[in-house]
Amino acid sequence: MKTIATELLNELSRKGRRCHHVPASDVEADHGLPASALSAAPPALPEVGEIDLIRHFVNLSTRNMAIDTSFYPLGSCTMKYNPKRHERLAGLPGLAGVHPLQPDDSCQGMLQIMYEMQQFLCEISGLPACSLQPAAGAQGELTALYVAAAYFRHRKQTHKSRVLVPDSAHGTNPASAALAGFEAVTVKSGPDGLVDVNDLASKLDDKTAVFMITNPNTLGLFESRIVEIAKRVHDVGGLVYLDGANMNAILGLTRPGDFGADMQHYNVHKTFTGPHGGGGPGSGPITVRDFLEPFLPSPMVVKDGDRYRLDSDRPLSIGRVRGYFGTIGILLRGWFYIRTLGAAGLREVSEVAVLNANYLREKVKDIYAVPYGDRCLHEFVASAKKLRAEKKISAMEVAKRLLDFGFHAPTVYFPLVVPEALMMEPTETESKETLDQFAEVLRTIAGEDAAFLKEAPHTTAISRPDEVKAAKEPILHWKR
Amino acid sequence: MAYTLLTPADRQEMLKAVGASSVEQLLDQIPADIRLGRPLALPAGLCEQDLTELTAKLAAKNCSADSHVCFLGGGAYDHFIPAVVDAIASRGEYYTAYTPYQAEASQGTLQVGFEFQSLICELTGLDVANASLYDGASAVAEAVLMARALTDRPGKVVIAGSVHPEYRATLATYLTNLSTELVTVPVPSGVVDPAEIRKHVDANTSAVVVQHPNFFGCLEDVEQIAAATKAAGALFVAVFDPISLGVLKRPGDYGADIAVAEGQGLGVPLGFGGPYLGILACRQEYVRKIPGRIVGQTTDRRGKRCWVLTLQTREQHIRRDKATSNICTNQALLALRASVYLTALGPAGLRETADLCARKAHYAAAQLAKIPGVKLAYDKPFFKEFVVRVPGDPAKLLADLRADGFLAGLQIGAHDIAVAVTEKRSKDEIDRLAAAWARRAAR
Repeated sequence: MKTIATELLNELSRKGRRCHHVPASDVEADHGLPASALSAAPPALPEVGEIDLIRHFVNLSTRNMAIDTSFYPLGSCTMKYNPKRHERLAGLPGLAGVHPLQPDDSCQGMLQIMYEMQQFLCEISGLPACSLQPAAGAQGELTALYVAAAYFRHRKQTHKSRVLVPDSAHGTNPASAALAGFEAVTVKSGPDGLVDVNDLASKLDDKTAVFMITNPNTLGLFESRIVEIAKRVHDVGGLVYLDGANMNAILGLTRPGDFGADMQHYNVHKTFTGPHGGGGPGSGPITVRDFLEPFLPSPMVVKDGDRYRLDSDRPLSIGRVRGYFGTIGILLRGWFYIRTLGAAGLREVSEVAVLNANYLREKVKDIYAVPYGDRCLHEFVASAKKLRAEKKISAMEVAKRLLDFGFHAPTVYFPLVVPEALMMEPTETESKETLDQFAEVLRTIAGEDAAFLKEAPHTTAISRPDEVKAAKEPILHWKR
Repeated sequence: MAYTLLTPADRQEMLKAVGASSVEQLLDQIPADIRLGRPLALPAGLCEQDLTELTAKLAAKNCSADSHVCFLGGGAYDHFIPAVVDAIASRGEYYTAYTPYQAEASQGTLQVGFEFQSLICELTGLDVANASLYDGASAVAEAVLMARALTDRPGKVVIAGSVHPEYRATLATYLTNLSTELVTVPVPSGVVDPAEIRKHVDANTSAVVVQHPNFFGCLEDVEQIAAATKAAGALFVAVFDPISLGVLKRPGDYGADIAVAEGQGLGVPLGFGGPYLGILACRQEYVRKIPGRIVGQTTDRRGKRCWVLTLQTREQHIRRDKATSNICTNQALLALRASVYLTALGPAGLRETADLCARKAHYAAAQLAKIPGVKLAYDKPFFKEFVVRVPGDPAKLLADLRADGFLAGLQIGAHDIAVAVTEKRSKDEIDRLAAAWARRAAR
């Protein structure tokens, strides 16, 4: 049996083996470093040849499912196709080789792209000011809450101490609220899966700084009372924050700024198809209303006449949330995508994402009931509750078994309001045939033997891992 | 254009299946009065060839480390990237996957995470590393938040003025709403005085943050600083340059409690500042307060060794507002690049690279110091970056040198320029820079 991929680099290592060779020194100079600062030997990194290295990492890569290999309907993650043209263009030396501290007049092309990206994101959200700086969605949330805190501090409204978060929200919402110095208060969902407006109203008061809402929400439903919700939040002097995780459903159809949001973040890696990279990099720019603009991070790209420049002279700004200017590589890909699609293409993205999700929903709902909503937008949350009750087949079993059929699993057990949740987001880049096959497999699995499913997956590189052991006796790096 | 695949017949069939006459009908849960009644005001779509032409045109307006000889540093460096790094990182199996929620279908990403953590532990001499953070600046902030929670001393953080200004600015933002005072110790002479640090550390100080080599390229007296910090009961957060550890003592060896870095030098393109790679490692006893993703080893049902995300009870999706951090991803693709890079170099390659950087930087410093009026700003040992003081306007000089084909350095203040020299810079390039500099300065 071939084991090369599962051996660790340190186990492949043989003393004296080398891959990369460094040129000989062409200068007559000492390294100038004092003996007291030097180590006796370099770190004992693995020593492997080039072919060892390549086979190791290539074989490892085959142990991954990815969009390039498989349908990946991971709900709320928007796993759409990542166009290859983006990779080549982002790698152009005139983009990939630009140093972040070059003077503005030496990188006008880069600044123009970033300026246009700010404009595009403002137009799509209906909010007039944008910061591209946040490194990921979670940092975008945090940045917006910093902006809100700075705004209230500037207005001497220091009693604004609470951030309200729906119980169905992503865990980053309350975590960001706490990190920004706010108290996180949970708002309940109603029986329709939407924000319980009465519960919200009972928790809104003078202390409310921000209400964070995901719309469409994590059930794939549009918060139809959003305008009323926003008005209620504004009436107590609070701000409405839109978690933009689900923007893929509403591009060109409706805009957060038009339905009452004061701030929002984007996940450029989701909505505008920056590849997810196995868990990063992301990019989480935010857009805000005009009165919040002075508080946005510094620097921002501005345009004077036909020149672009980075503006750091922003006295009310919250400052920086990371080094340099942002996750440029992902922002570039977002710009390529928006330039490729234009307004009509973006609208088509959302329309087809919605059609695909509704179609898949329809194909599976008799076996996997969808407890909330008669229709959905870009995603829906089905439940394996009936299967569990009747055949002892849980959502986890379904997810694991899907892997055997070459499909990535949906998001499972989230949101918590749906028991045995299977959250499915097919995205717009999948064909009807793929959706038909996936639905067919879901039906097949429902008919399989429960004991067999408990052992699934059967064909992946490994069977189910012991997660309890991993946490109880942590082994977090290779040991000699 | 939208990468969609539905034929008109597909659409009809699908609409029929869902019982709708049009897609518009599926959208009726969005109230009519908030629908956008017009197309978005965006430029018209472009085909691949037109987009390629437009992008190439814009890219051509930029100077870069490709078009110019780069001596610009300030935390982002033009190191050589072996071809194996791109060969591996451009595999779709890696870059089009997501966070390894299904371990059975993600052993590639997970094992790379474990390999990365192993490499970083060895590199830093510390016991535990996470699977990476956003970048160096935010890693500093996360390390300080971690120290703040570990020591239960929320009042104060002490940072050397020789730490990268953007890292300090980022940390300041993170602390603004947490009622924590950030004290910056001035650094007038290139390195921070350990006695000055000691003066500011009190019983309510959680962390001392020092960068080594620092923003000016100089080596700090990290052993003294570690001792002073430890004596005061605070934690020592060391900010390191991963390349420097080919020759310099490791953070774990000089007494750092938490070590963080910008990992861009490890095979990541300059890319105008991102995506980069935040590195964080610490001593074993702090493991439960580490922010971000961690990969752990375990076994599957058949007893095979395998890898999973672990210690997740620290994280936001379980702890919500009580989590150690709000972070929910790492920089997996950049961690992959760094892992391939460090493996390609190996111990000998890393040592030689670091040694070359130092030799060439010292050669360059000697050449520039020969130019009349130019002198080294600090009389301190440095690694691959150094600061020169010039008589005239640095901005003008740097612009002139750019016209001569050089990104010659970074202006700091009114009279100083930081010059970074990596292993990529040849003697010829350094000599040409010195000649052009002398010519421009003489005018």
